[in-house]
Amino acid sequence: MKSIRQTITDKGQNVLNIYFTAGHPTLVSTVDIIISLAKSGVDLIELGIPYSDPLADGLTIQKSGEAALRNGQTISNIFAQVKEARKSTDIPIVMMGYFNQFLQYGAERFLKDAYESGVQGLILPDLPMDIYQNEYQSMFEKYHMEISFLVTPLTSDDRIHLADQLSSGFLYVVSQSSITGKSGDLSDTQRQYFQRIQDMKLTSPQLIGFGIHDKKSRMEASQYAHGVIVGSAFIRALDGSQNVKETIKDFVGGL
Amino acid sequence: MTSKQSYHVSPSGHYGDFGGAYIPEMLYANVEEIKNKYIEISNEPEFQAEFHQLLKDYVGRPSPLYKANTLSEKYGANIYLKREDLNHTGAHKINNTIGQILLAKRLGKKRIIAETGAGQHGVATATVCALMKLECIVYMGAVDIERQAPNVARMKMLGATVIPAESGSKTLKDATNEAIRDWINNAETTHYIIGSAIGPHPYPDMVTRYQSVISAEIKEQIQEKTGKDYPDYVVACVGGGSNAAGAFYHFLHDDRVQLILAEAAGKGIDTGHSAATSILGTKGIIHGCMTLLMQTPDGQIVEPYSLSAGLDYPGIGPLHAHLITTKRAKVYAATDDEAMQAVLELSAAEGIIPALETAHALAILSKMDLKSEDNVVICLSGRGDKDLNTYLKYIEEHKIEL
Ligand SMILES: Cc1ncc(COP(=O)(O)O)c(C=O)c1O
Repeated sequence: MKSIRQTITDKGQNVLNIYFTAGHPTLVSTVDIIISLAKSGVDLIELGIPYSDPLADGLTIQKSGEAALRNGQTISNIFAQVKEARKSTDIPIVMMGYFNQFLQYGAERFLKDAYESGVQGLILPDLPMDIYQNEYQSMFEKYHMEISFLVTPLTSDDRIHLADQLSSGFLYVVSQSSITGKSGDLSDTQRQYFQRIQDMKLTSPQLIGFGIHDKKSRMEASQYAHGVIVGSAFIRALDGSQNVKETIKDFVGGL
Repeated sequence: MTSKQSYHVSPSGHYGDFGGAYIPEMLYANVEEIKNKYIEISNEPEFQAEFHQLLKDYVGRPSPLYKANTLSEKYGANIYLKREDLNHTGAHKINNTIGQILLAKRLGKKRIIAETGAGQHGVATATVCALMKLECIVYMGAVDIERQAPNVARMKMLGATVIPAESGSKTLKDATNEAIRDWINNAETTHYIIGSAIGPHPYPDMVTRYQSVISAEIKEQIQEKTGKDYPDYVVACVGGGSNAAGAFYHFLHDDRVQLILAEAAGKGIDTGHSAATSILGTKGIIHGCMTLLMQTPDGQIVEPYSLSAGLDYPGIGPLHAHLITTKRAKVYAATDDEAMQAVLELSAAEGIIPALETAHALAILSKMDLKSEDNVVICLSGRGDKDLNTYLKYIEEHKIEL
């Protein structure tokens, strides 16, 4: 299986990473969604671990998480679902959750189970970079787990360089200072911010996320990075769906 | 008499194993700015002068230390009540909001947000925003809006916008989540006035410092009354832990003083309807800090329960997690019923109707092993006006003869 970083750098541009919450709309839908996304030409999948208190997430992802938890989703079950999906696809999968989930499951146990089930990367938005460096980096390396750190328009250049250096997957470029789920056209301020990061000639490939919701926003953002991450817009599409496979074909086709 | 362990925050923001700042990058710049400036700004002579002037003339400090004779007789010890209920707006919460609004102004922020449970912190925030002419948005759980209606009305009269939090258990935890999301969306313009000794570093320490005026006054007042500048016990209820932190602060390293926390057992610790974090909680992260919290083995935060909106929180401030695990503080739990009994008792015995949160601190007196010479200070954190609906309903449902 190719690494997340290799997958992005090999394609070089227009990379599409789709986020959804594991266990939503139904508990068993996760495997089908992964396989359909892979077939539809998506490059990476970001699998959200549903959380009771997702501080960085807007209403769409909050609601999908609540639904997944009501459906009985657990962390071990997500690993089992990834393992099942791995029988049909080798598309790179990155998991996104909150640091407390990782801690309570047990850091080493989490990394081991993730690795063995076929997860290649992890995003923990509330894991501080210094704590990662001091306590977890070598453990991540042991299990070949690629980590991605976030930068925002308010992140200083020094911190962007640190996030770039510590990220072993991609650098997650948060498009605006906001929670997930905002949509709207890109502003000049956002373009300047993307340009600033592009001009920094960073080592990690960069994906822009938060607020990318349609073809127009994808195309615009993709000019400034290796590609984009689409989350809330996809979850909204799944919410109204009668047939997940058709919905995915249409949604990805429309991007 | 000092203890070896430090109970002050470390430079990295920790209290022993607890504390820290586990926040998404979107909040890093704001929290970092506060962290780098709060001590310097708070120590400026001009800040100090304005802070103390407002505490005196606007809040009405110092709040009295009152010897409760009937309670003293009943519990066989010298019981003193630190009357935070007499502060403007009716609780200790205003000490912190005065401090933070002065900080927010010096940081150039134009917009203030807050979370509130019982509504006391929301009212205290709306009050200082009216005073300083700053926009104020308060997040409050939909359930709490229902049970603390008088405070919702007060916030609105003071010019604040009250936004209901509809997620989760629709109480304090969820209001805090919504406030944090607002802050992420408005990081540059907005200061978040957290109402308890919780949240990412430096909030627990900042709130504790602004509340520490409580124990500074206790030290002087107890000297006047007893000839000793320390009590044998300080007792406080704990939701997130701001009144307790303020009442303990100047005694943290004085081993002669026993620190006692009263947490909410709700319907009973083992009923599944409780907020007794020290017993039901395990180490983890809530609202950006490492502390004790109620959670599942998968790290999902468990919804707490207490009749008291201000104690209905699944975590506890990191200072208190440290005090508890190092056994510097002792925790007792009081149920809804025990707290209600204490409300009725204090009203009849001393002519003081306490807040329901505060009543938990009174309710544990009977569980403590007190001696007749003990001097016990109870932080009477707030008054009961806001809880009258809850009290009347309880009295009616339990057919209590007044
Ligand atoms: C009167 C009163 N006491 C205590 C509390 C609990 O908060 P803390 O533990 O921060 O003092 C509240 C919270 O709303 C309150 O209103």
